[in-house]
Amino acid sequence: MTEFGIALWNLTCKYSLAYYLCMSDVYKALAEPARRAILDELIERDDQTLFEICGRLATKHDFAMSRQAISQHLQILEDADLVRTRRQGRYKYHSINTEPIETSMKRWRRPESGTPANPSESEGEPG
Amino acid sequence: MKFRMLSVFTDDQARAEAFYVGVLGCQVRHDIPLGEYRWLTVVTPDDPDGPELLLEPAAHAAVKPWRDALMADGIPLIQIAVDDCQAEYDRLVAAGVIFTQAPVDMGTVVTAVFDDTCGNLVQLAQMK
Repeated sequence: MTEFGIALWNLTCKYSLAYYLCMSDVYKALAEPARRAILDELIERDDQTLFEICGRLATKHDFAMSRQAISQHLQILEDADLVRTRRQGRYKYHSINTEPIETSMKRWRRPESGTPANPSESEGEPG
Repeated sequence: MKFRMLSVFTDDQARAEAFYVGVLGCQVRHDIPLGEYRWLTVVTPDDPDGPELLLEPAAHAAVKPWRDALMADGIPLIQIAVDDCQAEYDRLVAAGVIFTQAPVDMGTVVTAVFDDTCGNLVQLAQMK
C-alpha cells in the first residue's frame, strides 16, 4: 500500500471509530427516561431556556428533579449532540438535534428484497 | 402581617420606569429623590393597594454575576398573575417586548417569560 493509501486507511479507521464512539454516547444518553422526557419537550419547540425545560418536566412529566440535575442531563444530551445550545444576548437556548437519531434509525433497516445487506451495517461496536 | 414591598435590581431606574409604567401599565406609587438614585416603587393596575415593587439600582458588585446567571438560565424573579396569558403575550409582543418563553400550557397554569429591559426576567402566570 502507498503512503497515501496508509494515511487514508488510518483516517478512515479513526473516522469509523469516532463515529461508533459518538453513537455509543447517543444510546447511553437515550437510555435514561428523564433525558427522553427532555427530548419529548424539545421536539415541541426549539429554543427553550433551562427554566422552560424544568417547568415542562415538573408539570407535564411529574419529574421531581432539581434544576441542577436537569442541567446535568442536558449536558449529557449536548455531549451526544442530541441537544444544541445557542446564546442570544444574555439568554441561553436549547434545541433538539435529531441527526444522531435519524442516523441510528437507518442502521438496521431491512434491505429491499433481492438487495444484499451492506456488511458494514452489521459491524459491532468496539468496547 | 402582609407583604408590602418586593424589590428587583434594575440596570437603570429611568429605563425601569419607562418599561414598568409605559409598557407594562403599572402605576408609580412612590418616587422620592435620594441623591444619585430614587426611591421608586410601582403597583400593578389591577391591584393598586397591593404589594409595591421597588425598582432598585443594580450598583452592588454581587448583582451583575448573579443576574447574568439567572438570565442565562431563563429564570424569572417576578411573577405577575394575568387572566389571559396569550392575550397579554400578544399585546406585549406588539409593544416590542422580548419573550424568552412564549406561552406554554404547564397543566394547571399557562406561563410566559419576558425581559424587562433592565436585567430581569418576569413571568406571566394564568391559573386555569
